[in-house]
Amino acid sequence: MLETIQNLALGFSVALSPAVLMYAFIGCVVGTLVGVLPGVGPLAGISLLLPATFGLNATNAIVMLAGIYYGAMYGGSTTAILMRIPGEAASVMSCIDGYAMARKGRAGPALAIAAVGSYIAGTISVVALMFLAPPLAEFALRFGPPEYFALLLLGLLVLAYMSGGSMVKALAMAAFGLTLGMVGIDQMTGYFRFAYGVVELGDGIGVVPVAVGLFGVAEILATAGQATPPSIMKPKLRELLPSRAEWRDSAAPIGRGTVLGFLIGIVPGSAHIISSFVSYAVERRMSKKPQEFGKGAVAGLAGPESANNAATSGAFVPMLALGVPSGPIPAVMLAAMMVHGVAPGPMLIKQQPELFWGFIASMYVGNVVLLILNLPLVGLFVNVLRVPYPLLYPAILAFSVLGVYAVNGSVVDVWIMLVMGALGYLLRKLDFETAPVVLGVVLAPMIEMALRQSLAMSDGQYAIFITRPISATLLCVGAVLVLLALRPLVTKTLDWRARLALAEKGEN
Amino acid sequence: MTIDRVGGGALVLFAVYTLWEARKLPMGNVQNPGPAYAPTLLALLLLVFAVVIVALGAGSSRIATVGWSEWRHAVAIIAVCIFMALSLERLGYRITVVVALMLLIGLLERRSIVTTALFSVGFSAATFYLFATVLRVPLPRGPWGF
Repeated sequence: MLETIQNLALGFSVALSPAVLMYAFIGCVVGTLVGVLPGVGPLAGISLLLPATFGLNATNAIVMLAGIYYGAMYGGSTTAILMRIPGEAASVMSCIDGYAMARKGRAGPALAIAAVGSYIAGTISVVALMFLAPPLAEFALRFGPPEYFALLLLGLLVLAYMSGGSMVKALAMAAFGLTLGMVGIDQMTGYFRFAYGVVELGDGIGVVPVAVGLFGVAEILATAGQATPPSIMKPKLRELLPSRAEWRDSAAPIGRGTVLGFLIGIVPGSAHIISSFVSYAVERRMSKKPQEFGKGAVAGLAGPESANNAATSGAFVPMLALGVPSGPIPAVMLAAMMVHGVAPGPMLIKQQPELFWGFIASMYVGNVVLLILNLPLVGLFVNVLRVPYPLLYPAILAFSVLGVYAVNGSVVDVWIMLVMGALGYLLRKLDFETAPVVLGVVLAPMIEMALRQSLAMSDGQYAIFITRPISATLLCVGAVLVLLALRPLVTKTLDWRARLALAEKGEN
Repeated sequence: MTIDRVGGGALVLFAVYTLWEARKLPMGNVQNPGPAYAPTLLALLLLVFAVVIVALGAGSSRIATVGWSEWRHAVAIIAVCIFMALSLERLGYRITVVVALMLLIGLLERRSIVTTALFSVGFSAATFYLFATVLRVPLPRGPWGF
């Protein structure tokens, strides 16, 4: 405990330096803008701004990118509450009761509850991250190649299970992503695989062009030709204060959302999206007035908003402690850290304590910055939505090309982004999840290396994965998830994953 | 034809193609897997999933029910992206972005010529200044220094 406090003091000495403070602030502002703008989620936002961090030192860069991530979580709720358009996917549930509150003339209090809930959840979950990551990293030092292989496989299985809709389709997408990740030079033999003479493919298919293509460009292709968005409500500052009853109604959901969100965040998957859905379901089940849900229930807004912010901190736990990304956004963050010469994993906390604890402390600071940004300045951010979409999407597209090109200075990456954009558009039409593709591309080199090392260790015996206790346990958990996913086929009922898929399609 | 059958069928083709291409690489053996080992394993796994999707796909939505109303816009945007990829290193960042934005805003979205020109030139100049000059991100310049 004393050691943690000393480490945190070290972190604050880093986080409160003017340069880190400035980059945390820039990250939060940009993240809020990214969250407010429909179609530009945190994944595309972080990917696009990655090249802008190349000139920064590792701490400043990571602090700024993390600011974009949790800033987007805050910003996404603004568009959801005022326009019924989720600024990013995790705000889907806030559209329901947040917008209903706004329609009843309570837009200001809805924004305030979302911001305060996000602040409380964000801050408490950073405390949990602070205490959980170091012991987990210590434990991970016992991991060898078979354990890492089992962990990575479990990560993909959990992501597939947690995705809404068909698990087989999600697993197929993960396998597709892993196959794409095989492109490039084989790390063990130096063979060029599937590169067709394109030298730039030697390093493999980058996660940034894949992420920007599948999420950013595909979204533009799907939405650019559609009708203009609905009108926007613009609450005044003095209308922001919730009533005493609204504060009372939001207190317990914020607490429950924080715990749920953090726990779900640790588990691999699109944590921030799932956490808000689970929190909404829990609040509706626990409410004394479930009939009010969908008609402006405070709990229906406070719970999911807190949960999705807590999940962002939770998602950093496996990334920082194990070096294993739990979803596409941590995957891009991981790639960003590697670009800056930082290797996340069990040794990070020991080898670079200033970076780790500075990052943790910057999250406390970032949450305060975001609370300040999201209450008095909400009107300013809403103005961004007044830029007509026919001007906005060409600008986002140009940013995408700029961002993707700048990562490696390669036009090949722009082509990959373009192909992935078209593919993402088709996959959306065919109702396939795209997040597992991104995670597959990132995990492919790690999972292949772990598999081949494990087989070399065991002289070709696949039994090594079930004879070692940690890997056997991880694989058992994966098998249980597969069985759980098969259950609705037997019972012929809708499980929570099917309901999530329906909610994401706006059918709830 | 349903969406799952179309999607699953495409994945079957991709998996078969990967298996075909992986034949050109050394497979190694289970004690010492070669560069083709993991791609082959993954392609087989993908093939299994894809076949299951096709087999269970009868109950999914019919392909005709998928809305494609925005397809003209999507194709036009892809065409502009292709232009950007082809011209980025030939014409330079600024000229490429100005032309691409003019095509998208002026031709596709039919905004006035003044709005189109001001937005395209302003965006191109501002982003180049921000990224290339302030943040020192290397962006391509064309043959005329632009």
